[in-house]
Amino acid sequence: MNYFQQAAFLLLSAFAIWLFAKNINQIKKNILLGRAKDISGNSAARWKNVLLLAFGQKKMFRNPLVALLHFVVYIGFVIINIEVLEIVLDGILGTHRLFLPVLGGLYSFLINSFEILAAGVIVACAIFLVRRNIIKLKRFISKDLDGWPRSDANYILFTEIILMSLFLTMNAADRALQLQGALHYADSGNFIVSGNLASLFGELSTSTLIAVERGCWWLHIIGIFAFLNYLPYSKHLHILLAFPNAYYARLEPMGEMENMKNVQNEVLYMMQPELAPAVSDATTPVKFGAKDANDLSWKSLLDAYSCTECGRCSTACPANKTGKLLSPRKIMMDTRDRIHEIGKNIKANGGTFKPDGKTLVNDYITTEELRACTSCNACVQECPVSINPLDIIFELRRSLVMEDSNAPQEWNAMFSNIENNFAPWKLSPDDRDGWVRELS
Amino acid sequence: MHVPTMAEMMANGEQPEVLFWVGCAGSFDQRAQKITKAFVTILDKLQIKYAILGKEEMCTGDPARRAGNEFMFQMMAYQNIQILNGYSIKKIVTACPHCFNIFKNEYPALGGNYEVIHHANFLQQLIDEGKINLKEGGSFKGKKITYHDSCYLGRANNIYEAPRKVLEAMDVELVEMKRCKSNGLCCGAGGAQMFKEEENGTVRINIERSDEALETGASVIASACPFCNTMLTDGVKNREKEEEVKVLDIAELVAASMQ
Repeated sequence: MNYFQQAAFLLLSAFAIWLFAKNINQIKKNILLGRAKDISGNSAARWKNVLLLAFGQKKMFRNPLVALLHFVVYIGFVIINIEVLEIVLDGILGTHRLFLPVLGGLYSFLINSFEILAAGVIVACAIFLVRRNIIKLKRFISKDLDGWPRSDANYILFTEIILMSLFLTMNAADRALQLQGALHYADSGNFIVSGNLASLFGELSTSTLIAVERGCWWLHIIGIFAFLNYLPYSKHLHILLAFPNAYYARLEPMGEMENMKNVQNEVLYMMQPELAPAVSDATTPVKFGAKDANDLSWKSLLDAYSCTECGRCSTACPANKTGKLLSPRKIMMDTRDRIHEIGKNIKANGGTFKPDGKTLVNDYITTEELRACTSCNACVQECPVSINPLDIIFELRRSLVMEDSNAPQEWNAMFSNIENNFAPWKLSPDDRDGWVRELS
Repeated sequence: MHVPTMAEMMANGEQPEVLFWVGCAGSFDQRAQKITKAFVTILDKLQIKYAILGKEEMCTGDPARRAGNEFMFQMMAYQNIQILNGYSIKKIVTACPHCFNIFKNEYPALGGNYEVIHHANFLQQLIDEGKINLKEGGSFKGKKITYHDSCYLGRANNIYEAPRKVLEAMDVELVEMKRCKSNGLCCGAGGAQMFKEEENGTVRINIERSDEALETGASVIASACPFCNTMLTDGVKNREKEEEVKVLDIAELVAASMQ
């Protein structure tokens, strides 16, 4: 029986890990479909961001109460995974509570902490469910989340509650078995949460308790493997990608817009033709800005996969707040959906993209959304996982204006005023210092 | 008052301590011209050796770049850098956060390297150094004033304290809006919105923001950006509060409070 359980466990783990690796690899491939961009240097500042923003969740604490709840779930997730290590080793070796004899007093301290966290996770997730489904906070009922994204969020919260309940029930049944003196269930003492639940199981027979304990053990670990494999399909992937995304976050001031070296050179050669290279190396036509998701930099695509759709960006967005179509969260979700589709298309067509007549601009994100942005950086400021929606908006605007000459009439007038009068208004450059004459 | 130009200074073989970059709004917009005049009044009073480019100044290219027209931006940047480098400009002060941001963060990649300072910091330094003497019991002493953060000063460049310190130096009662500093709400003008009609929505951004400012009960809404100033002035007018509530630039407040 035991050997059968061990073999089943090994097979299950191998399959779960293989499937997860396969899906993550596909996501990595999709991200690398993006434009090359060198993000390196200043690793001290980058690691600091990983520590403060990803591990420390610094930006979450702009709203302390929610941050605390989220922190409990996060710490619960990270710490309880130490217990999963024991569970996995027990599964492989056919042991029970492998670390108990080794760690002694430390063991009960650890399990007690895990249990407190598990209870905390259940409470926090329940509050999150209430916020989403009963209190209906504005950012959670937004139409951005209609359909799958809204269910996705609820599935994650339910799963976490179920996993933690299984963990606690397992320990409670274990304790009840210990009290009955069952074979293989060495006395570990009362744990803080399950110890109190164990008395509820006192009436049950040893064989029933073993079934409950084993059942919970299996469901818990199967649940964890299933959840692991759910990540690549879910917004919950942020628990992994928040870390690299913090590392690669922009270190420049938020106000700085990325320079377009190719345009800079063209203008330079136009102004100073003597500097132009004798033989043009422009054999392939250059694209200006981004029309489709794979024209964006790989960092923007990593941003898209890191997004957990919390909507802090859209709540802070002045355009969104005043009823415009623009929602930075939707920009990120659209980008991810589109690059996912491009990746699938490439895979289905043997490694090359088969044009599907769609682009990120127009088919996913409309010009009206892009034109509503005030470039105020509120979305960038708010994002807890270092996403920059403004980079994408600017790249798409560049394509609209420079590739498609698609600008509102007032902007075209502004461009020609700048060109002819050196000011965005139709006023004579000779009057630029007109105010001087009015001084006394 | 004489406002020296770079061309004049060059002809006299002189070099200014600082170039005052007026910007398009400060040059052409009637409301913003008052800010410009207030600022040169301060410079003149303190006998700071400054100059303007005058007719040689051109748009930095900011609205073109933010709208997506990189070509237009690069052309303007190229021309401005030629002029600035031609005059060997080392230090620039400007009252426009958009000009400030683009000089400080974006011109260096194109060969335009200057020490750039926004007038909020410039005024704060002058106050700290004791060069600006404010009237005892000045015009704004004890008045309730709220400060609106410009996105291109605040989030874009982390300048939140300097303009507030300038206000505090005038002994005003500084009241904050619900959203301020890094949470500050945009006035609605950035990203080239100033030059087009707002997209369809339920309310205009400038009205949303000026309502937040009016809620504080302040009699002055202070700003440090000519575009924010225009947007908020329009918002206050929309609520017919322009008699009770003034939208003023920090340079105007300082100029009016100087001895």
